Amino acid sequence: MDTVLRFLTCGSVDDGKSTLIGRLLYDSRALLVDTLEGIERTSRRRGATAPDLSLVTDGLIAEREQGITIDVAYRYFRSGARTFIIADAPGHEQYTRNMVTAASTAQLAVLLVDVRQGLTAQTRRHALLADLVGIPALAIAVNKMDLVGFDPAAFEAVVYAFEEFAEASGLRARRHYIPMSALLGDMVVERGEHLPWYLGPTLLEVLERTPVEDGAREKPFRFPVQWVCRPREATDPLLHDYRGLAGQVTSGTIAVGEEIVVLPSGRRSSVTAIEVGGVPRERAVAGDSVMIRLADDLDVGRGELLVRADEPAPALARTLEADLVWLDPAPLAPRRTYLLRHGTREVQARIEAIAWNLDVATLERVPAHELAMNDIARVRVKLAQPIAADLYEALRDTGSFLLLDPATWDTVAAGMIRGTQ
Amino acid sequence: MIAPRTHLDRLEAEAIHILREVAGQCQNPALLFSGGKDSICLLRLAEKTFRPGRFPFPLLHIDTGHNYPEVIAFRDRRAAELGERLIVRSVEDSIARGTVRLARPDESRNRHQSVTLREAIEEFGFDCLIGGARRDEEKARAKERVFSVRDEFGQWDPKNQRPELWRLYNAKAPAGGHVRAFPLSDWTELDVWQYIAREGLELPSIYFAHPRPCVRRGGLLAPVTELTPAREGETVETLWVRFRTVGDITCTAPVASRARTIAEILRETAATTVSERGATRLDDQTHEASMEQRKREGYF
Repeated sequence: MDTVLRFLTCGSVDDGKSTLIGRLLYDSRALLVDTLEGIERTSRRRGATAPDLSLVTDGLIAEREQGITIDVAYRYFRSGARTFIIADAPGHEQYTRNMVTAASTAQLAVLLVDVRQGLTAQTRRHALLADLVGIPALAIAVNKMDLVGFDPAAFEAVVYAFEEFAEASGLRARRHYIPMSALLGDMVVERGEHLPWYLGPTLLEVLERTPVEDGAREKPFRFPVQWVCRPREATDPLLHDYRGLAGQVTSGTIAVGEEIVVLPSGRRSSVTAIEVGGVPRERAVAGDSVMIRLADDLDVGRGELLVRADEPAPALARTLEADLVWLDPAPLAPRRTYLLRHGTREVQARIEAIAWNLDVATLERVPAHELAMNDIARVRVKLAQPIAADLYEALRDTGSFLLLDPATWDTVAAGMIRGTQ
Repeated sequence: MIAPRTHLDRLEAEAIHILREVAGQCQNPALLFSGGKDSICLLRLAEKTFRPGRFPFPLLHIDTGHNYPEVIAFRDRRAAELGERLIVRSVEDSIARGTVRLARPDESRNRHQSVTLREAIEEFGFDCLIGGARRDEEKARAKERVFSVRDEFGQWDPKNQRPELWRLYNAKAPAGGHVRAFPLSDWTELDVWQYIAREGLELPSIYFAHPRPCVRRGGLLAPVTELTPAREGETVETLWVRFRTVGDITCTAPVASRARTIAEILRETAATTVSERGATRLDDQTHEASMEQRKREGYF
């Protein structure tokens, strides 16, 4: 059975992320000849003797000029039966929003730490953000071991410091610590010769063994309606009354004949057909994009949610308690009304109160009256109309939301629902 | 018993989700259809997304006037079979209007598509264009969002992309601008060929191996046509080739191949050692960042 692991790489700037990804792709033979030749050409022009593997991921002109990573780069490779999607997130604090973009869909985070620097504010921020969005596994890559003479004590010091930090901040992710030299290739794909005292798995082994099943099928059925198919073509009487509710099953399963409830209206019906491109099937499971037809001609549209009548329903909420990551250069304007996107539903929303703002360096919850870019805060959001909300911990798709600025339609914040009223 | 989903099933379901977000959020989208293999996959996905209904958008092709006739014939036939509306706007017309000026008459028109595309966007008021670009194609594309915002000049600002979290896609066009949607973002070249094989999709004949007069130029094969004659000192050879990607004749190179079926192409693709663009683009070698520069100017 083929599986896919989406993982992100993050950490402070200069911890060696780009080199690590280059090494991973190079040693797993995922780089093609022309890409390699381009890297060798550029490395030679810059006076390097060996190919600079960090050039693999630097895609933008500004990135090459500044020697940093600005935006998330996606890379694809295969090893055995598993396909890997790497999201390479930038290390600079000002690009945290790009890191959150990469983290939101990742099943594992590779957190780079320069063994000489130890934990920086940015290491902590990335670990907290990874935990906040619920990434279940962290691979802490203690890099640049070659620069400390492959000293096990230097590695142990980072492990100790990180464990202490993890305990203080209540990190829930499973943690793997791997000493490595991305530059020389030790413990990335190959074990190398310099770290005989380390007996654990290489980074690639950790990636290959990480479970990818998120258990979404076993959770209650949720189906945000994206679009309604109403062909109404006079020439085909069969299609005249056709009404297909198009969407993706975000969790659970549904089968023909099962009873459903439409939220927030509360109307009930049952499923008469499940189709993909007009071809019927008996059931649909989490991840499937299908069209659902109901027994009753209910006027259901985009923004409504189908759930199963025999399963726990989400709360109809007008007030949300949420962890909010502010992503926009313009700070939160507390009196402004934003557009909240939840699944396919959009409602007007206002931030009614800020309970605290998290100080990433001290882990203190500080009282706050404003939010600026990259802030992580617990807030209370007031909604103009109710949404059918789950808790983020239980159901990610129906437990998360975005805030859009109605003036620009830009995405200004991302929220994870922690409580409803 | 529920059949386990394969990687292709997941890619397909995600692409359908993205197409439906376009339909749900945008007022006036269009799908770019060139007759190439990626946009052929997009059409199949659109069928699975919207049937038994019609597509909620027209198909749009920006024709440089320098396309292979087999591909243009295929484009028209496919659109007719689907019964969907096809809009064609040509660089030729932009040249006649004076909005495109060629430095030399035989200059590649590939880059100038951006102008004609912008004119089509203005003419029809499109707020979203759906394209078949993939992140594995090129390093600037590797950094692009699924929904990518463009300003009123069609420009991409890579330093100022919208955050894109979970499956919550923001497809709203900024004032004066539009968005581009890339449902195949996470697909690789191999995924595309596997999907074509699984769905039994028909392709223009030049994707399969055929004899063609070519010259060897800069490590690539350049097709010899009326538009692209051999240069002085070059020897014309008739070689067995196929196209991995089809585009403007002046800048798309075939690769040496004997693969005459999809299964044979799949075997070659799985074993390939050169990237799709590296093997086929006569215009990307000029500068390390040529794609980013073209994208900044509004190129797809």
